[in-house]
Amino acid sequence: MAKAQGLTWTIDDADHMTQAEIYGEVLTNLGLEDERIVALTADLAGSTKIGKFQKKIPERFFNLGIAEANMIAIASGMAATGLIPVVSTFAVFASLRAAEFVRTDICYQKRNVKIIATHSGTSFGQSGTTHHCTEDLAVMRALSGITVIAPADSFETARAVKAGIEHDGPVYIRIGRGFEPPLHESLDFDYQIGKALRMRDGTDITVIACGVPVLHAVEAADRAKEQGVSVRVLDMHTLKPLDEEAVLEAVMDTRRIITVEDHNVIGGLGSAVSDVIAKSGKGCAVRKLGFQDEFSIVGYPEDLLHRYGLDADGIMGAISDVLKQDFETDEDWEDEI
Amino acid sequence: MLTAMEKKRLEKKARQLREHIVEVTFTCGGTHIGGALSQHDILVALYYKLMKIDPKQPDWEDRDRFVLSKGHGGVGHAVVLGDLGFFDAALLDDFNKTGSPFGMHLDRLKVPGVDASTGSLGHGLPLALGMAMGAKLQGRSWHTYCIVGDGECHEGSIWEAAMAAGHYKATNLTVFVDKNRLSLDGPTKDVMNIDPLDGKFEAFGWRVITIDGHDFDSICKAVEDSHAEEERPVVIIANTTKGRGVDFMEGQTAWHYGGLDAEMRDKALASIRRTG
Repeated sequence: MAKAQGLTWTIDDADHMTQAEIYGEVLTNLGLEDERIVALTADLAGSTKIGKFQKKIPERFFNLGIAEANMIAIASGMAATGLIPVVSTFAVFASLRAAEFVRTDICYQKRNVKIIATHSGTSFGQSGTTHHCTEDLAVMRALSGITVIAPADSFETARAVKAGIEHDGPVYIRIGRGFEPPLHESLDFDYQIGKALRMRDGTDITVIACGVPVLHAVEAADRAKEQGVSVRVLDMHTLKPLDEEAVLEAVMDTRRIITVEDHNVIGGLGSAVSDVIAKSGKGCAVRKLGFQDEFSIVGYPEDLLHRYGLDADGIMGAISDVLKQDFETDEDWEDEI
Repeated sequence: MLTAMEKKRLEKKARQLREHIVEVTFTCGGTHIGGALSQHDILVALYYKLMKIDPKQPDWEDRDRFVLSKGHGGVGHAVVLGDLGFFDAALLDDFNKTGSPFGMHLDRLKVPGVDASTGSLGHGLPLALGMAMGAKLQGRSWHTYCIVGDGECHEGSIWEAAMAAGHYKATNLTVFVDKNRLSLDGPTKDVMNIDPLDGKFEAFGWRVITIDGHDFDSICKAVEDSHAEEERPVVIIANTTKGRGVDFMEGQTAWHYGGLDAEMRDKALASIRRTG
């Protein structure tokens, strides 16, 4: 049974806890240390694992019933009294059903509320499209003043929850259903909001991913290496503020970039990265992997990632394609602005 | 209970500020004047008699909180805050102007004394409830007040919050419904009937007090009663008149939003003065 050592807490048996359980545990530990932290959910205490907080600190736990918009506004009101509300529900409800409340009551009013959106992307694939959420990153990126984080695994989620609570201002943390395989081996790695993690170094092409696809990108990089292709992998866990420097380095060093996200290719990670590339004025081949403006079919998450080309096989295919892509280059790259 | 002198003072203040609402509406080109005038006596009672506030310390931690859920009444709220000295009332000359701190719906980050930025209907009640729940959890004694429009009660989030307030027994929250019976498109009974409003709130676990929303004795007595309630949140259904005090606006749907030329302004001011 492995213990995962945090900065101020220890998670027992981290290897056997789901992503969601680990965040629940971390949040509870933080709540025990700081009585300003309150936890809210909309009848999803069990599914989102915020229920762990409820068991330990029932007096600071509020279930608002199946009323997400109301929950978001109440959290804003509580934040106005100096509390630090952490709300958790499924991503599709937090980001879409309650979108205007997140915008007007949290972002516009600069209230210190943390949203932990679970079951994002197609992580609850078998539940059907009503419960998928491949739009939340686009919506949240468009809201002014909110930090947007998409951790790759449970350890990153734990770090994001802690860093998010320490950050003064609105934060949106997008996680899966909680059964995702781990990317990291422990909590012991450099983690900073807005700073990409370089999981593999490479010079031929860069794969920039967030969420579960990061693990698949790493696997693809390792397989590509055996074929003599050098792939850089960036875990872009923070979409806003985006680590523009890491993107620009990738542009200059590799000139070929693939983005991978369990999200529509419109408005999410691929769009954020493309914005930086466009602004740079540099030549760069870009391929955005994700849902190509379509709703996902129903299925198990790993099957869906495969079907839509977001797993190691799909990323390998994209690497091969993009490496073959020709540039319409100027005669002299040095002429670039 | 109000003394005769206190009542007279509040009535005088209400008239003075009604005139100011008319002046700002004239200067700025247009406001939601009808609803500002219907909610007005409740606001005046709260700010000049009932609430614990300090204009010199807008962020004073122990102040009572106020949320104007029907945020389009912002012009009325701004006039009250300016009169009390939360900011220089002369700033209201720029109401609605480009770069002004004052739009029709007030921004808490720009206007001292505003506890919540409202305007999108159906938000203020759950915001106020969150403040009340936060106070209760932290053992704070201040009270939270909120004014909701009757048309605003079309919004589902009002009823989500109403259910939650009943469930969590938010006794440190007093809500007014400014029941002027008109929304933008016409009488609420025709647009979307909300009655019986009292029965609805009662069914959601609230104590309901119904009053004349332009009578200071009734307003103050109802708030006093709401403080004595130990089991349920209290909603005061205040029967009001849209455009109250300006004869040509009273009960007129068309005056939900409007502007005034000099002649209309003079007529409006004369009408307000006649009521005194």
